[in-house]
This record gives sequence, structure tokens and C-alpha cells, in this order.
Amino acid sequence: MEAGHKMRGRTENYTVLRNEMKMSFDAVSVNEAFARVAVAAFVTPLNPTLEEVSDIKTAVSEAVTNAIIHGYDREYTQGNQSEEREQVYLHCIIEEDVLQVEVRDTGKGIEDIDQAMEPLFTTKPEMDRSGMGFAFMEAFMDDLEVLSEPGCGTTVRMKKKLGITSWIRQEE
Amino acid sequence: MEENFKVIDNYLMVRMPEEVDHHKSVYISKTADEYIMREGVGNVVFDFEDTRFMDSSGIGIIIGRYKKISYFGGKVFAINTDMRIKRTLMICGLHKVIEIME
Repeated sequence: MEAGHKMRGRTENYTVLRNEMKMSFDAVSVNEAFARVAVAAFVTPLNPTLEEVSDIKTAVSEAVTNAIIHGYDREYTQGNQSEEREQVYLHCIIEEDVLQVEVRDTGKGIEDIDQAMEPLFTTKPEMDRSGMGFAFMEAFMDDLEVLSEPGCGTTVRMKKKLGITSWIRQEE
Repeated sequence: MEENFKVIDNYLMVRMPEEVDHHKSVYISKTADEYIMREGVGNVVFDFEDTRFMDSSGIGIIIGRYKKISYFGGKVFAINTDMRIKRTLMICGLHKVIEIME
């Protein structure tokens, strides 16, 4: 099929080839549930399995939670009160059977990304954070990319191919 | 929400909500600690019967309570875990330090 056809949301067969969604919301913890449910609803045209929906929800929840408690760390945001309300940006793209989720904040950023991604590493043990956020995103999605610069916010980009889990997991 | 916490003998029973995330975990951790201190219970049981979703915040709750209670020789249990929850706990290796029962 030609690229031009792919840009349209649907073909004659009513299969979704490309679909895109963007939204932003306040960086408050009630919105974690909202974000993961929104992404789960967005992928329903791909007929994901319950397992896949659950994986996606967990990964989105981790990324959004990170943005809220680490990106917009209270100590960091107290300094610049003049700015508008802190927002988390969510950007999802479905292309064929691949879902890409991007979670972005404009918060304090990560100094050492490799260290942050280590399982069990956390800067907030006193808040009962387990340090498993990035490890979960890696475990539940197929691809994970983290872009960050101190003071410039963080972007987490995750990809997941849908419709292959059933036969990959059969050996279990 | 207090009815989700119950003390039976030396056990604190915590009924976990339908969705365990950062938003809910702050309250659960705080309240569980209050009960542990006030009632002086030795063991904690997390009941996942109603839980359909859990992210790493749930792991944080369990590890946090485990650290407090194991110091005095107490044990942590996770009961009524479905396949999903069980898998999440096992990814973190929690089955080595707490008792998981389906």
C-alpha cells in the first residue's frame, strides 16, 4: 500500500493504519489513572489482549508517575513559581500494529540516565519508591528511549508491537 | 477507607484497592505504618482480591512495610494475587522475601 493511503485513519477494510493523539494534563497524582486509561482506550481499535492492555497501562503509569514526582520534584518547582502550572504531555501514535507512547515533562531532568534506569535505584527511598519504574517500562514494552537534560525536562518514548504476545508467551 | 485495615491477632490485614498506583500508595503506606506503630502488630498481610492493576508503587508499599516489620522478625504476606500481580511481584524478586499465596 502506498504511503499516502497510510496517512488516512482508515482504509476501506476499516483497519486502523495510523492514528495519533496528543494531550496534556496537570502534574497531579489523580491524573496517573486518567493517563493510563486514556492510552488503553486509544489502542482498543487494535484489538489488544487483556495482557497487552495491562502491560501498556503499567508502563504509562510508571512514566507519568516519574514525571509527576521526579520531573516536577517539589524542591525543584518551588523555586520558579512564576511559571504556569506544571503539565505532563502525552503523545501516542499507532502505526500499523505498533503503538508508540511519548511522555514528556518540562521539569528538572535527569543527570545520570544510566544510573536512573538501574533497577532498584531511586532518589526518593523515603517516599517508598521502589526504583523499578524504568525496569517495568523495559519489561512491559518492546522499546524504551529516555532523553533528558538537567533543567530541560525528560522525554520517555516507548514502543510496543501488538498481536505477538500470544505465541511468544506460549512456552511459559 | 479505614475499613480496609483490620488487626487480627498479630496480623495487620490490608485490603488493597482496585488500582494500586502512586496516587493511592501514599495513603496506604501512611495508614499501614500508623497501625503497625499503634497496634504493635508483628506481621502484615496484603490482600489483592479486588486489585486489577498495580504498578511499581505497589512494590514500594510492600518493600517499605517489609523493611519495618522484618527488623523485628515479622513476615509479609500477599494473598489472593492474580497472575498479573504475581508476575509483577516476581519480576522484582519479592517472592524471595515475602510469602505469596493465590
